[in-house]
Amino acid sequence: MKFLLYFSDFIVPFTMFYIVVYGFFNRTDVYESFLKGVKEGFQIVIEIAPTMIALLVSIGIFRASGALDSFSELLAPAGKLLHIPVEVIPVFIVRIFSSSAAVSFVLDIFKEYGPDSRLGMIVSIMMSCTETVIYTITIYYMSVNIKKTRWTLPGAMFATIAGAVASVAITELIM
Amino acid sequence: MLNILWVIMIAGGIFFAAFHGTMGQITESFISSSTEAVNLCIFMLGVIGVWNGMMEIAVKSGLMKKIAKTMYPFIHWLFPDIPPRHKANEYIAANMAANILGLGWAATPAGLKAMRELQKLEEGGGRASDMMCAFLVLNISSLQLVPINMIAYRSQYGSVNPAAVVLPAICATMISTIAGIVFIKIIEITRYNGKKYNRKNKKKRRWIQ
Repeated sequence: MKFLLYFSDFIVPFTMFYIVVYGFFNRTDVYESFLKGVKEGFQIVIEIAPTMIALLVSIGIFRASGALDSFSELLAPAGKLLHIPVEVIPVFIVRIFSSSAAVSFVLDIFKEYGPDSRLGMIVSIMMSCTETVIYTITIYYMSVNIKKTRWTLPGAMFATIAGAVASVAITELIM
Repeated sequence: MLNILWVIMIAGGIFFAAFHGTMGQITESFISSSTEAVNLCIFMLGVIGVWNGMMEIAVKSGLMKKIAKTMYPFIHWLFPDIPPRHKANEYIAANMAANILGLGWAATPAGLKAMRELQKLEEGGGRASDMMCAFLVLNISSLQLVPINMIAYRSQYGSVNPAAVVLPAICATMISTIAGIVFIKIIEITRYNGKKYNRKNKKKRRWIQ
């Protein structure tokens, strides 16, 4: 545990160190390139800002109205079929839209059942093996002006559901 | 798809609230969530700015080419349509590497640039290419080695062994990524076989003209 935290402390600084030093010794104008990249980065953020607002507002409204909870209950039978406990379903749904909102759901489960409980373990694993599906698809496609996403969503949901089912199955195996 | 989804969430949410007495919360949530979105963007200006800057150095110095070269066999297997030495390979490689290391914020700029390069390969229109779909499915299936955020939250909430999640998480992330790859390959086999042939024909025809 200590080692892992120690190791992960290293990842970001080391990556930066390596990029900068590598650039310097390969006679790149490091500073100039960095500034150019930052400028481009700003443009990227400005381009995706409207999408971000649209997405977070819609999930915010859906959640605040209580519709999300009802929707989760609706999905409970389907979840049961895949052995996903009812308490985990809202986490799964929210996870698809927004990472920060999903974290708040996870922390609720940690508070109520504890991180080492069966439910705590399931959501811990699930958060680690899934991504914000809708959020990622929206941001990535909006940045290149694509409306028809074709088989992206089915494929992404297939992988995400596989991850969710795996989280439950692995927890059953180890606990 | 997004159009419908968005309408369902907004209109459905407000409609639902009308029958459950949660209208007040809706107004509140629209204000708080739009503020959150803007705050997130300001945060991203800094973080994405820095990582995009770092990436630009890596591109200019040839480091990205090196990474892409080592990962090329794997990338080529997944995206057979991207020509060798195309820039899309570099950005996809950088995106994957950043995702695996858990550098989410470093992965986004590379991913967005990869999308731009993939779009250049297409003839245009608002339609996603097979490569774009494959790239996003893979990206979303998210292969990540150390779920550092989860470990931190677990420890914060008094877990006896916060890092107990690491090994199970690696197994689960492998399973979801393999599922994503299987999906990509199935699509490729079922619809590509015919298409690839046509594509070649098209190119040939263009050459003749």
